[in-house]
Amino acid sequence: MADVSTDRDVITYREAVAEGIAREMRRDPAVVCLGEDIGEAGGVFKTTVGLLKEFGPQRVWDTPISEQAIVGAAMGAAMTGMRPVAEIMFSDFLACCWDYLANEIPKVRYMTGGQVTVPLVVRTANGGGLGFGAQHSQATENWALTVPGLKIAVPATPADVIGMMAAAIRSDDPVVFFEHKGLLASKGAPAPPGHVVELGRAAVVREGVDVTLVGLASMVPVALRAASQLSEEGIDVEVVDLRCLVPLDVATVLASLARTSRLVTVEENPYQGGWGATLVSVVADEGFGLLDAPVRRVAGECVPLPFADALEEQVIPTVDKVVAAVRSLAAY
Amino acid sequence: MEDRDELLALYEQMAVIRRTEKAAHDLFLSGLVKGTTHLAAGHEAIAVGASAALRPDDYVFATYRGHHHAMARGATPEECLAELMQRATGLCGGKGGSMHLTKADAFMLGSYAIVGAHLPMAVGAAWSARLRGTQRLAVAFFGDGATNIGAFHEALNLAAVWKLPVLFVCENNLYMEYTPIADVTAVARPAADRAPAYGIPGEVVDGNDVVAVKEAVSRLARRARAGDGPALLEAETYRHFGHSRADPATYRPAEEVERWLKHDPLDLARGRLVELGVDEATVTAADERARDLVQQAVEAAKNAPPPDPGDALTDVWADGGAAWRT
Repeated sequence: MADVSTDRDVITYREAVAEGIAREMRRDPAVVCLGEDIGEAGGVFKTTVGLLKEFGPQRVWDTPISEQAIVGAAMGAAMTGMRPVAEIMFSDFLACCWDYLANEIPKVRYMTGGQVTVPLVVRTANGGGLGFGAQHSQATENWALTVPGLKIAVPATPADVIGMMAAAIRSDDPVVFFEHKGLLASKGAPAPPGHVVELGRAAVVREGVDVTLVGLASMVPVALRAASQLSEEGIDVEVVDLRCLVPLDVATVLASLARTSRLVTVEENPYQGGWGATLVSVVADEGFGLLDAPVRRVAGECVPLPFADALEEQVIPTVDKVVAAVRSLAAY
Repeated sequence: MEDRDELLALYEQMAVIRRTEKAAHDLFLSGLVKGTTHLAAGHEAIAVGASAALRPDDYVFATYRGHHHAMARGATPEECLAELMQRATGLCGGKGGSMHLTKADAFMLGSYAIVGAHLPMAVGAAWSARLRGTQRLAVAFFGDGATNIGAFHEALNLAAVWKLPVLFVCENNLYMEYTPIADVTAVARPAADRAPAYGIPGEVVDGNDVVAVKEAVSRLARRARAGDGPALLEAETYRHFGHSRADPATYRPAEEVERWLKHDPLDLARGRLVELGVDEATVTAADERARDLVQQAVEAAKNAPPPDPGDALTDVWADGGAAWRT
């Protein structure tokens, strides 16, 4: 498989997934992949194209439709010297193996008094906007946030996919890696060789002084588009790409609020139990003195994801909704 | 088994487990063990016989009824009882408790309290063993109740299609918890009758006969190590205590209890020892050593300190800490 990042000016998010995995597989023979249709088929989302060809069937394993066996086997392999990268095709299907994400993987190190480590990555296609309906469209990153013991990576750009994949696979802790379906075709700058983005480091992707927008994955481009629009009205928005939910980079958010004094979170997951609630509670606790206005959360509506475009647009945050929220805060 | 010394050693291991479980029961009733226990008295021959058939570096995964497996793989009664009694010296430093006994440095990789969850893990450990070019096996011990949960079926299928060196050993004690397994299962042998659906051998053995268990596991292990794939063994056995805590198990017919108590794994092994010409005094000496060891373990565990409260915030991450944010 060609190192796509060195011979092209831009790569897609989709290509970055395969490239990020391939770089680690070249580095470390303990890295193996397993999942449904990831081999010859290259993945349902074509995010593992080329891996079987380059690394062969001893490194890239097609599995039955058995989410518990996939993640459970990855756990057993991780406890015994491998670094498995397991794919769960749609993040909605995490529910089929939730025991492993909730009860087994995040707890086994702790409940054995530190006797074992579980260096694995569970990758999954997350999020809506593609018209897949209620059971193939959810943004489920907040599910993982409910369980202490999981690291949660949610990249927004191709370079971050590669850099965070490197960090996730090298991590001795379990990492749930959310790849956003709506971003797969997006393009961005390639990652330089050896690119690693440390988990738990948010990025200020646009500087501003009036309002801080904190987003994740596909909500980062939404926030950036809103910021562009608002700049025409004279509102100078800072956009923070959180990149990870655990570790949660509260320090970067508080530093941004020290400049702007106003916070809006932009979340695709539902308002009820969304990650913004956790972030905002820390801000209220530790950064209340920085704020000059109430905090606003623009999040998914608390309904199952509908199918029709006209309905889905009502549920997932849009640029217009973000713009409206920022405007109201800027005027506060 | 013709080696008298080996059988005597297995007998003594079983006697240690039996007395440890009795001690755990008494400590629970006296309030020194909190939460719950799921005692394995009656199941000793499965853990001890299987363990004797395995290499020291094979991987073992067990259930919340798993004290016998921890001890069969080298955990001491003191380490186990100290864990049950919330002591810093317990196997898991007080973070696990009765249901999570683990001895990872002996490759006993945990006791899991979600029914059936560890079967896929054992499949993964066997996969890893093969990928790393070792000859190691993984063994998952589980109860009859686990045969009706999805993870059991997913694990058997994946192990079969990948032809992995993993053994599935069912401890069929006839009751899933309080309900007879026969009342909730479509086939007579809840584990062994399912194996053919996955194209793997499913055998049945007297799980109270340590020699029979060892021989069966040896045979299936040899096969798996040779690359012939997974196998399933259903070991018939019976709990001497209830399901958990102080359950008196009154749901079991008196006649059935009596019949099984007469088929005690320790009595069976003692009978075999006598047949091999071992004198009564030698067996009694083994019993006395077991009694003394467990008595000392109880005293040591009672006198051990509780965990440092600060340890509540360690061991989440591989760096030893628990930080979830910057």
